[in-house]
Amino acid sequence: MEKIEINSQKITEYFNTGKRFDGRKPEEFRELIIEAGVSENAEGSARVKLGDTDVIVGVKLATSTPYPDSPNKGNFMVSAELSPMSSPRFEAGPPKFPVIEFGRVLDRGLRESGFINWEKLCIKEKEKVWTVFVDIYTINDAGNLMDAAGIGAIAAMKTAKLPKYDEETDMIDYKNITDMPLPLNNVTPIAITAYKIGNKILIDPTREEQDAATARITVGSSEGIISSIQKGEEDSMTPEEIGEALDLIDIAYKNIFKSLEKQLK
Amino acid sequence: MAEKFKRMDGRELTEMRPIAAKVGIIPNADGSAMFKSGKTIAYAAVYGPREHHPRNARNPKKGTLRCRYNMISFSVNDRIRPGPSRRSTEISKITEWAIAPVLMLESFPGMVIDVHINIIQADAGTRCAGINAAVMALAHAGIPMKDMVSSISAGKLDKTLVIDLDKAEEDFEEGEGPTDIPVSVTHSGKVTHLQLDGKINKEELKNAIKMAVTACDEVYDIQKKALKNVGQLIEGAKK
Repeated sequence: MEKIEINSQKITEYFNTGKRFDGRKPEEFRELIIEAGVSENAEGSARVKLGDTDVIVGVKLATSTPYPDSPNKGNFMVSAELSPMSSPRFEAGPPKFPVIEFGRVLDRGLRESGFINWEKLCIKEKEKVWTVFVDIYTINDAGNLMDAAGIGAIAAMKTAKLPKYDEETDMIDYKNITDMPLPLNNVTPIAITAYKIGNKILIDPTREEQDAATARITVGSSEGIISSIQKGEEDSMTPEEIGEALDLIDIAYKNIFKSLEKQLK
Repeated sequence: MAEKFKRMDGRELTEMRPIAAKVGIIPNADGSAMFKSGKTIAYAAVYGPREHHPRNARNPKKGTLRCRYNMISFSVNDRIRPGPSRRSTEISKITEWAIAPVLMLESFPGMVIDVHINIIQADAGTRCAGINAAVMALAHAGIPMKDMVSSISAGKLDKTLVIDLDKAEEDFEEGEGPTDIPVSVTHSGKVTHLQLDGKINKEELKNAIKMAVTACDEVYDIQKKALKNVGQLIEGAKK
């Protein structure tokens, strides 16, 4: 605990003079490595490394009955596991708040943006639709797991293919993957989180920087159109600080988007 | 703008639903309050500061605020299964974050302040109503506070910014559809809570936050009046 406090104090003091210990600019991400297709048995998958932060994301597809209020639309579920493997801070057991928030924030960003073509996930109206499961597992927590996971979810979904489905027997043949990609629209909703340290804002914190932050704001957007926001932690932000965060996120979005396009080619 | 956007219930764009508040609704609690916004009704009860269990959850430096947001099973049309859900777990935490910045928790090291919020009837805006009720209940319980917190949803229907979406507006499907932006601010204008679902650009968002900050003044007035008149139902000015 004490080590964290001393670190946080130093990081805050230094950052308030405009500097980060690793020399990055406030809006600068660490090196981003995206590797798609890392799992044989998932319909889509990706591994994302952001500096030493490491997550793996898989897409699984199943059929189910549609919800009564959306009889011709597919279902979608994002869940995360902050695996005890990835940090001494994480414990095994039933999901606690951070895990639930993690899944829900990413879920909203992807769901609200129009990324997924819901109608094309319908197999038979009122009876059968595809459900898309996006499952996130953390491998190593060196800060900013949320953004890494969001990028991983996009990469996994963009590269996912539907398995063969037999309507007569209602069976999915997972060994037989079709050429049909997951029906997506032409938007890329990347969730990026800005952190408030002292009175300044930065993006993509290291674990130590994240500990020093007193507030955060996650913004899911696609080319300037914001589709989800979550402000977190126990510190307030002025409307000006929120404005600064939005500006930094805009810059970061462009860089991440470019990197994503390039690495998924 | 060619034609002025008309809201389904005839409200002005920046007009919130009729609000009402009452402090002191649950005799057993150390502090309690009701906040009503249109058909949405939230009750909040405060117990504490009291001993924090389990022991290992105690913070030796300051007190802990523990909120529990819950929708009662018949608060909506489709019965809600009792017990915590992913949604209620998240809103509980969001409520803590919205309120903790104004509480002087350092006065109660190792103790816990429990806030129980029940949504009695829901017609959108339940997290905001819950936060408004909870802050009043905390003040009623005599917890030392540096400031007040007031909460309201800003929103966007197609391309028009509005204040305080109700359920019918949340289900609005024309044009760009609905965007819901619950915001909580201190009376001094600091944002303690901000969420968003929908589709909006940066400039619109900045304006929506401004609108919410202004609207929160009206909520603040009612909260203050209700706290000065414990036991009385205080209603917002009729438009």
